[in-house]
Amino acid sequence: MMRKIDLSRTYAPSDDVVIREIEGEIVIVPLTSGIGDLEDECFTFDEWGRAIWSKLDGSRPLGTVVQELLDDYDAPAELLKGEVIGLLQELYERRMIVEKG
Amino acid sequence: MSGKAYVKKVPSAQAGLWKSAQPVLARLDIELTERCNNNCLHCSVNLPAGDAGAKAREWTAERWKAVLTEAAGLGCLVVRLTGGEPLLRADFEEVYLHARKLGLRVMLFTNATLITPRLARLLKDVPPLEAVEVSAYGMTKGTCEAVTRVPGSFAACRRGLGFLSENGVAFTVKGAVLPPTRHEADAFEAWAAGLPGHTGTPAFAVLFDLRSRRGQDDKNRAIAGLRPGGEEFVRFARRRGEGPVEEWRDFCGRSAGARGDRIFACMPSAASAAIDPYGRLQFCLGLRHPDTVYDLASGSLREAMTEFLPRLRERRAADPAYLERCGRCFLKGLCEQCPAKSWAEHGTLDTPVEYFCGIAHAQAVAAGLLDRGEKAWTVRDGSERAARRRES
Repeated sequence: MMRKIDLSRTYAPSDDVVIREIEGEIVIVPLTSGIGDLEDECFTFDEWGRAIWSKLDGSRPLGTVVQELLDDYDAPAELLKGEVIGLLQELYERRMIVEKG
Repeated sequence: MSGKAYVKKVPSAQAGLWKSAQPVLARLDIELTERCNNNCLHCSVNLPAGDAGAKAREWTAERWKAVLTEAAGLGCLVVRLTGGEPLLRADFEEVYLHARKLGLRVMLFTNATLITPRLARLLKDVPPLEAVEVSAYGMTKGTCEAVTRVPGSFAACRRGLGFLSENGVAFTVKGAVLPPTRHEADAFEAWAAGLPGHTGTPAFAVLFDLRSRRGQDDKNRAIAGLRPGGEEFVRFARRRGEGPVEEWRDFCGRSAGARGDRIFACMPSAASAAIDPYGRLQFCLGLRHPDTVYDLASGSLREAMTEFLPRLRERRAADPAYLERCGRCFLKGLCEQCPAKSWAEHGTLDTPVEYFCGIAHAQAVAAGLLDRGEKAWTVRDGSERAARRRES
């Protein structure tokens, strides 16, 4: 499902997945049907994905998350914003996050 | 900042998933019960479904849930729930859901006879993320129940498979090459290929283990009488062509090199373990030698994985026959000799098992690695020979 990710909205991990941290890797394991392709799959992130994911706890709007990342990393604002929206678009389509408000 | 896809889909068993160390425990096998509602001719585990003594000793769901929680904390990604017949446990769903909510993938081994519409729906809604593995012996009521020795088991198994199919639950069926069924292998494979929801190629149990609990000589004699000889085994493997023989040659070429005095050659570093229905942890479900069992009731998974099993892995062979034969044999990649087999057959960890030795030699003859009558441990350049055959 295509959905526009909105920086004024708040996002959090979905109850349809289980988030685990194993040996320094974030591993996302589907819990309900329709997320993985059934067998032998789990999901993980690249370095940026991990940094962004770690801040998606549903407590603040996405724009605030972007600002925190700009404070943490030396990256051009527009590029970073695009990366965050790209990741969340993918997570949303995979039903790994939900919009909280 | 890369701009590429951020979410990587990876097989959890893929090498390299872990950038640093592998988890302390990657995979756990749990035998929820030794009881089974079938009474298969060849089974190395089953006790009667109504065995009250066994049932009373089985760990409760609460204890299993605590073990699963600890396993997940150690990094475990996959748990196998098996038996006996695990669905005999009234609390199976509770254990299953706990495992899944911890983010564990579940391999369920079952005979499918107790699968209900409710359970199939649960497996649809909260998928195990592994194909359910179903032991489905026999293509007809007559042949199936000649193996299971339980009237009604054929229809019950087919009904259970139907529930899985209707709900789109991925599964794979497994057969057994036994006197009542050995003529059905081709029909079995064709049937499996047409089952909605069936995935992969069905496997066949061919080389049957003796009882891992020991002390049941009559059952062991019966199982031994069902085993194919080496040439029969090779004929079965070759029924579709020379592919398996080429695999044996290739595998042996890659894994050649004698064991020496090591007995745990099968699992030099694997972060896996098995637990029996009573909370006793072992390297694998077949290895029940008392020296190799860790009682979780008075310990922890972490201690078992980081102290007990690594110590055990260092055990060395003492049996002169093992050192003379297995220790110098270049067929270790083909042979099923291991401490669990020695335990089941001889009550030791390192006595050579003649049956599996004979099977490996028959495979090696078929693969051109040995002449008929030649003993692998007498071949001085076995590793080089295996490598040369593989190259050619």
